[in-house]
Amino acid sequence: MNSSLLVVEILVALLGLGVLLADLWMPAQYRRQLGWIAAAGVGIIFFVGLKDAAEVAYAFIAPGAKTGMYVQDSLAVFFKLFFLLAALLVILMSVEYSGKFATGISEYFSLTLFALLGMLFAASTNDFTLMFAALELITITFVVLTSFQRDRAASIEAGVKYLILGATASAFMVFGIALVFGSAGTTNFNEIAAAQKTLATNPIFLVGLGLVLSGLLFKIAAVPFQVWAPDVYQGSPAPSTAFLAVGSKAAGIVLLLRVLFSAVPAITAHWHHVFAVLAGLTILYGSLCAIPQRSIKRLMGYSSIANAGFLLLGIAAVSKAGAAGMIYYIAGYLFTVLAAFTVLCVILSRTESDDIASLAGLGRRSPILAGALTLSMVSLAGIPPLAGFVGKFLLLKSIIPLGALDPLYYVLLAVAVIGVVISIYYYFGVIRAIYWGGKPADLSPIPTSWAVRGALFVCVLGMLWLGILPDHLVQISTPAVEVLRPEFPAVLQAGR
Amino acid sequence: MSLTSTLLLTPFLTAFLVLLVPGNYRFVIRSLALLGSMVTAVMGLMVFVHFDPAGPAYQFEGLATWVSSSVLRINYHVGVDGIAAAMLMVTGLVGFAAVAVSWEIQEQTKLFYILLLVMIGGALGAFASLDLFFFYFFNELALVPTFIMIGVWGVGEERTYAAYKITMYLTAGAMVALAGLIALYSASGANSLDLVELQKQLAKTPLSAGAQMFIFPCLLFGFGTLVGLFPFHSWAPQGYGCAPAATAMMHAGILKKAGLFALLRVALPLMPEGVAFWMPVLAVLCVGNLLYCGFVAMRQRDLNLLIGNSSLAHMGFAFLGIASLTVVGLTGTVLVMVSHAFLAGLSFALSAWLRRQTGTLEIAKMGGLLKRMPFIGSVLTLCFLAGCGVPGFANFAGELSVMFGAWKSLPWVVVVAAWGGLIIGGVYMLRALRTVLHGKLPEALPAVIDAPNAWRKLPFVILAGGLLFFGIFPNAIVRRALPAVTRIAEMARPAAKPAVVAPATAAVSKPAIPASN
Repeated sequence: MNSSLLVVEILVALLGLGVLLADLWMPAQYRRQLGWIAAAGVGIIFFVGLKDAAEVAYAFIAPGAKTGMYVQDSLAVFFKLFFLLAALLVILMSVEYSGKFATGISEYFSLTLFALLGMLFAASTNDFTLMFAALELITITFVVLTSFQRDRAASIEAGVKYLILGATASAFMVFGIALVFGSAGTTNFNEIAAAQKTLATNPIFLVGLGLVLSGLLFKIAAVPFQVWAPDVYQGSPAPSTAFLAVGSKAAGIVLLLRVLFSAVPAITAHWHHVFAVLAGLTILYGSLCAIPQRSIKRLMGYSSIANAGFLLLGIAAVSKAGAAGMIYYIAGYLFTVLAAFTVLCVILSRTESDDIASLAGLGRRSPILAGALTLSMVSLAGIPPLAGFVGKFLLLKSIIPLGALDPLYYVLLAVAVIGVVISIYYYFGVIRAIYWGGKPADLSPIPTSWAVRGALFVCVLGMLWLGILPDHLVQISTPAVEVLRPEFPAVLQAGR
Repeated sequence: MSLTSTLLLTPFLTAFLVLLVPGNYRFVIRSLALLGSMVTAVMGLMVFVHFDPAGPAYQFEGLATWVSSSVLRINYHVGVDGIAAAMLMVTGLVGFAAVAVSWEIQEQTKLFYILLLVMIGGALGAFASLDLFFFYFFNELALVPTFIMIGVWGVGEERTYAAYKITMYLTAGAMVALAGLIALYSASGANSLDLVELQKQLAKTPLSAGAQMFIFPCLLFGFGTLVGLFPFHSWAPQGYGCAPAATAMMHAGILKKAGLFALLRVALPLMPEGVAFWMPVLAVLCVGNLLYCGFVAMRQRDLNLLIGNSSLAHMGFAFLGIASLTVVGLTGTVLVMVSHAFLAGLSFALSAWLRRQTGTLEIAKMGGLLKRMPFIGSVLTLCFLAGCGVPGFANFAGELSVMFGAWKSLPWVVVVAAWGGLIIGGVYMLRALRTVLHGKLPEALPAVIDAPNAWRKLPFVILAGGLLFFGIFPNAIVRRALPAVTRIAEMARPAAKPAVVAPATAAVSKPAIPASN
């Protein structure tokens, strides 16, 4: 086995175990400092752990097989860097938020690292079994992370909801994998891809695939598996919500890309209508339900659903351009959402209320936090010059040419436009609260630590970088999706 | 770096410098903003003066590859034709005036000037861009500043509603236009949104009629919404009514014109068949602007709402010029764009002064103000006379050219326009003028003062001067805009059918709308 491929995973696992062990000897008042060590470790791995995968390499190769369960290619490297950066920012955030945790702060850091480990494996998945293992690692750590504020009923509730619904989704998925294995005789993506012409007519395989997809759609919170998101987002501690919104969703995205465009591209092409409809419904559901929200975290939950819908546009486009658009979008989403949650961590660690109205006066209390949160909302709404705009531009660009072939895509386009217009209403409601909403009860300045400023600086820089100079990431995302092999739907081919 | 790029960069650079100044150094912040916008205005004037009508189509060009991959290709491409030169000039001047009248902003000054400078930079960028991605990009930069400025420094109970309304309308319009632009990108086969490359590509292989039928209405209604095309106009008067002076000046004066500018430069020349099909619709809708908005303006009791509705009525002339598809009419549109920028800027600056002095904008509560404020009152008189199209002001030149241009093809609309612009406009403008300036000074208003010094008068002088100067010398604009306008008019007419068509039908397929020049 070529274990040098797994160096990043091994290092992250060691770091997680190290943090857990260090907790035994660390006096209680210093445990918060473990967060700095964890963050520094992730930072070092981010900068030195990965080199660009010039060629595709496999690990865990079964005897006689050409490819393995684990693949290291440019797509995997891109998402690994993504997860490492997300985890780094989330750990910084949780150091800031740690005052809210009754006990076990070091477990929080190490659980975050284990969730990261699951995501890293998800990025390299080339087999349904490894996919299940990676997803379970993510789900189970998140059950603990979401219920970490043990003294708060809402947090426990979030954890229980995530546990029950997550376990149900996992059960569906593992059943689906069993059906896939039973009908295909293999769980390897490449071997399934080679046999998909015959498998496409096998109902057992299709049912199995559908169950697997429902598990993945649960991960990214897409309709009709979206119901858990708002409750869990609202109840969880803010850093957990942030990691759930960015890391867990991106893990779902990379797995969707691999399954749909590597393992079963022909079936995906056949099902393109399904993805178009799901994308449209998800956008509408997220946008419409976000309108009446009062809690900022719940709002982010619905916004996360709407964004899952926008991401699905890339799948509905069944093309490399769509996949590249998704990668760009999720990268912009990382900086945008983490900026918002870093600000929320600072605010929520000082107050109990997560009401949007409690942001009143933030523009005067802390121009830095206000500016970062405003930019984040603007980017989520998809307005230049920020990352969200270029992401939406690329995704819309990937579906518009299909409109000429199938009017359904024009409908989808109209839904996306409506979704953006609605989103202006609720995102700008946050901006309104920051600058002129209501009478603030308290006008004392909010101090911000250097770690928070650093994290916000990275996020704002990232949003502006992706919004103003799209070339870099386009140059990275275009080759990253080269390993995928989407097939153009034969039904639409005729119209070309 | 080309003059255009420097011009674009100046407001953004100034905004960045303002960001670095601590918030309580108000004087430094304001001085920086004034300096930055003054430099911008001077450079805008330089672009206008040095633009050579006999020279190449696009001058002061700057070109750099921005994104280049198989998925997406975007150029940073700036350059000006005659229309853009005029718009950059007027943007610089109105932008400077907007900064200059903002002395009344006392709270969160730093944020205000940063937003205002971003707005100015965005407007300049939109007019200077030759790549449609950047046009959209710059045009949208003004959106968030508009929202925050109306909300934080706006007036009136309704301002939150107005802020939402203006933002959502503009986003809806922009998104529809964006869909059209992306469709243009993928349908053209040029793999670029660079206007010059698109024109070359589409001259070789025009868009299919089906594609034009989808793309053209997206652009027409998308950009039309940004201008306030009837029936997508109701955001405008309310938004302007609640906005602080600078925002209303920039928006009504400048940013609205970006939509017209895009219609002129993108929608008309690239899709002749779409034009032929949709222009009659535009002609009907512009009657809505001319008549309906005029009637609504007549009923207003609030001065700002009156100005806002009258500005929509003026946009009717701009649309009529476009619908005429003649060189004269299109030139008229350009003149209306420039003159209305001065006019709207001046009107909102004046109404803000009146509001600050009298504490109200209800027309009935004012009166006799000319006695107390001879300078402001005289400028208001000038401004309202210009608004009802009196000769000697730039609007007259523009509106007259539009009516000449449209007479042959759309005579009934011209009659409506003349009636709406001159009669209805005259009624509400003069009636407001009489109530506000003449008669008895209400007892509640003893303390009103005139603009006290040259410094406060400067923005009014600049804007009124622009109205007068281009009213007397409209040729300064016409001369520069004519090559561009002629090009647009030629490209917008449906191409004569090739010789394959039988001679009998070939005669019929001559341009349906004859050039009247």
